[in-house]
Amino acid sequence: MSRRVALEASHAVAEAVRMADVDVIAAYPITPQTHIPERLAEMVANGELDANYIPVESEHSAMSACLGSSAVGARAFTTTAGQGLELMHEAVYIASSMRYPIVMVICNRALSAPISVWADHSDAMAVRDTGWIQVFCQNNQEAFDMTLWAFRVGEDPKVLFPVMVHLDGFTLSHVTEPLILPEQTEVDRFLPELQYRLALDPEKPTTHGAFGPPSIYTETKIAQEVALRKSKEVVLRGWEEFGNIFGRHYFPVEPYKTEGAKTLLLTMGSLSETAKMVIDVKRDKGESVGLINLCLWRPFPFKELRQAVRDANILIVFDRCISFGGPGGPVCSEVRSALYDQAKRPKVVGFVGALGGRDMSVKDFEYVVDRGREIAEKGSEELFEPVEVRGEVSGIRG
Amino acid sequence: MGEKKLKTAYELTWEDMEVGNVITEAGNASLHRTGDWRTERPVMDKEKCNKCALCWLYCPDGAMKLLEDGYYESDLFYCKGCGICAKACRREAITMVEEEEI
Repeated sequence: MSRRVALEASHAVAEAVRMADVDVIAAYPITPQTHIPERLAEMVANGELDANYIPVESEHSAMSACLGSSAVGARAFTTTAGQGLELMHEAVYIASSMRYPIVMVICNRALSAPISVWADHSDAMAVRDTGWIQVFCQNNQEAFDMTLWAFRVGEDPKVLFPVMVHLDGFTLSHVTEPLILPEQTEVDRFLPELQYRLALDPEKPTTHGAFGPPSIYTETKIAQEVALRKSKEVVLRGWEEFGNIFGRHYFPVEPYKTEGAKTLLLTMGSLSETAKMVIDVKRDKGESVGLINLCLWRPFPFKELRQAVRDANILIVFDRCISFGGPGGPVCSEVRSALYDQAKRPKVVGFVGALGGRDMSVKDFEYVVDRGREIAEKGSEELFEPVEVRGEVSGIRG
Repeated sequence: MGEKKLKTAYELTWEDMEVGNVITEAGNASLHRTGDWRTERPVMDKEKCNKCALCWLYCPDGAMKLLEDGYYESDLFYCKGCGICAKACRREAITMVEEEEI
């Protein structure tokens, strides 16, 4: 029988990693991710989990240890946040290019300077193009479910890509909520043992990580790009199988009260739950408003997004990151680009806010929706508008 | 896989790439032509050579071949033209000659 328990999201992740029966954990503690490696280290120390916990000296080493472990066919897990992910950066690329199905949970944290340990998506966006499959979680149940699902999808012989699971630092990582924990037998049914046919083996010598001269590098990158895009089939099938076994269903683009909505708000991560409350308030007032929670970030769900916004006139995109000197928030510019070639497309309006742990209340989102509609109707010279910033802002222009 | 081995790097398409670009056969570095990096070529003078094999011993790429008559010759498929053999030769029997001059 599955059980309903109260768990902190970090501990829910650790629970998923334990039930996935990982072979290797290599992680370096960093706020706000600390509770995940702490709990896993405890599980290994007291025998709840039979795995090698490698107490590395940095995040760069954490990912490097995962690369080596994955190369011999071990199920490997790591977790980090903010500056740690930045320090790890070059090895993050290597994991996807060498097609090692490592699972990494990121407790999203703002990047320095000034030093901030609090949530935003600047760390996530800095690894946007690293070739990992990436999803964003809204709540503790999703943190557990996505971590488990990440192993299933990444390790599929047709996929073999690392998977990154994003959860907002503190506002999700440190929050205790009820969630359903499955039976081990259910988990085993969902997640078969890792079978990696290219694992390093002295009996059958192979070379991993050879150089790629100009004569071959482009071909390797196109092969990687095609494979990542194709992985979407397994991403979807993985969620379908997950739903069949555990009864919870996930989608790359989750619509909330979008039926007939002329204005849509698009958010990611834990803020989507706050945004849903605004939609409830506005729907009660008779306003034609709905929400899109973007769960799958890579490979980007073009088809599902276009489908979800096809009847809307206005699409308001909320970013938790600034792309300095660029066309707006990174999510907004991708969404705009995904819709640009559509014959009928909504007017896209971008907002940036909730940086470095700044709260977004229901009232703040109400402002975003109202102001977004106003900008869509009257136009604005600004490429995006910051939310809840003190002082008049202008000059964010092309 | 046998078919892939026969293709040169310039003939492989993106679809020929193994997952993660893993090289699934051992020992195939010998298929890689490193001789096209060379700007200078070692030329042997058999008059001076006493078959001591120092050039063979010092060559970092194992590119020095023992000939049937006991002399040595550089295998130009692999020789990168580093000149270590010429430096190692006690009898100055090896001269590095610009490829352009040959």
